[in-house]
Amino acid sequence: MKAIIGKKVGMTQLFTEDGAVVAVTVIEAGPCPVVQVKSAASDGYDAVQLAYGASKPKHVNKPETGHLAKAGVAPHRHLKEFRGTTDLSVGEAVTVEAFGPGDHIKITGTSRGKGFAGTVKRHNFARGPVTHGSHNVRGPGSIGQSAWPSRVWKGIRMSGHMGAAQVTQKGLVVVDRDLERNVLLVAGTVPGAPGSLVYVREDH
Amino acid sequence: MSTIIRDIEQMQLREIPAFKAGDTVQVHFRVIEGSRQRVQVFEGIVIKRQGHGVRETFTVRKQSFGVGVERTFPVHSPKIDKIVVGAIGDVSRAKLYYLRDKVGKKARVREKQR
Repeated sequence: MKAIIGKKVGMTQLFTEDGAVVAVTVIEAGPCPVVQVKSAASDGYDAVQLAYGASKPKHVNKPETGHLAKAGVAPHRHLKEFRGTTDLSVGEAVTVEAFGPGDHIKITGTSRGKGFAGTVKRHNFARGPVTHGSHNVRGPGSIGQSAWPSRVWKGIRMSGHMGAAQVTQKGLVVVDRDLERNVLLVAGTVPGAPGSLVYVREDH
Repeated sequence: MSTIIRDIEQMQLREIPAFKAGDTVQVHFRVIEGSRQRVQVFEGIVIKRQGHGVRETFTVRKQSFGVGVERTFPVHSPKIDKIVVGAIGDVSRAKLYYLRDKVGKKARVREKQR
């Protein structure tokens, strides 16, 4: 199980050797010290816990400071557990070196918040006619039946808060990496706004 | 823009001659045909430049057998062998879209007098 925590920086483009243009997302990832290794024998499941984002001690609460100190890790802002077996041991650091060009990865992030969105934007409903006296332009249409059941079914798609939810993008490919600057370049788009936290894992 | 992205883009910039919309240019473009490579020349008037840094592109328009042909190239593409700037055009616009509606002698750009 290969995994790393990072920050989405933004997007740019790269020229490949044969001159084609690839749109890439820049992710500043790691170094992520290993805080805890869980095993099926002692914890019931296999996992590795990584820290990211070195910070001042005052920004980390006391329980977490103690937990990090136990592993001999300086205060970090983010902690995340990744399921799966690993050959890492506590105190080691995961860097972008774990991922190479051509690696298939999946990235989990928090999508951009869209606020309170209607059904057209939120659920891809078709809009109504805009002329001939129609007032049903972006309305939701019928939301159910009449005498029976005399109520609206649970789970009917309606307007509401959209985005700002956890999204995992699969099938992404690493194009390049920069060991000096701890940067991963991933082909295509990645969920979230620039500056948001992303979890990069290998994808089979 | 973040400094990381700026550095990535700056690394890819190539040396190109100065030219703007209205100039006549020859674009020597590398074409890969199967296993061999040759250079294709596309000559015409630059009708626009858009974008910044490594993402900048320019569009060249020419008349080919009476038909207008436009081709857009990334300015810093490694496929471009070289750009030869010919006549410097005397135009008062950054985007010469009006050339698309002109044919024959009207579809020319006055050369800058020096």
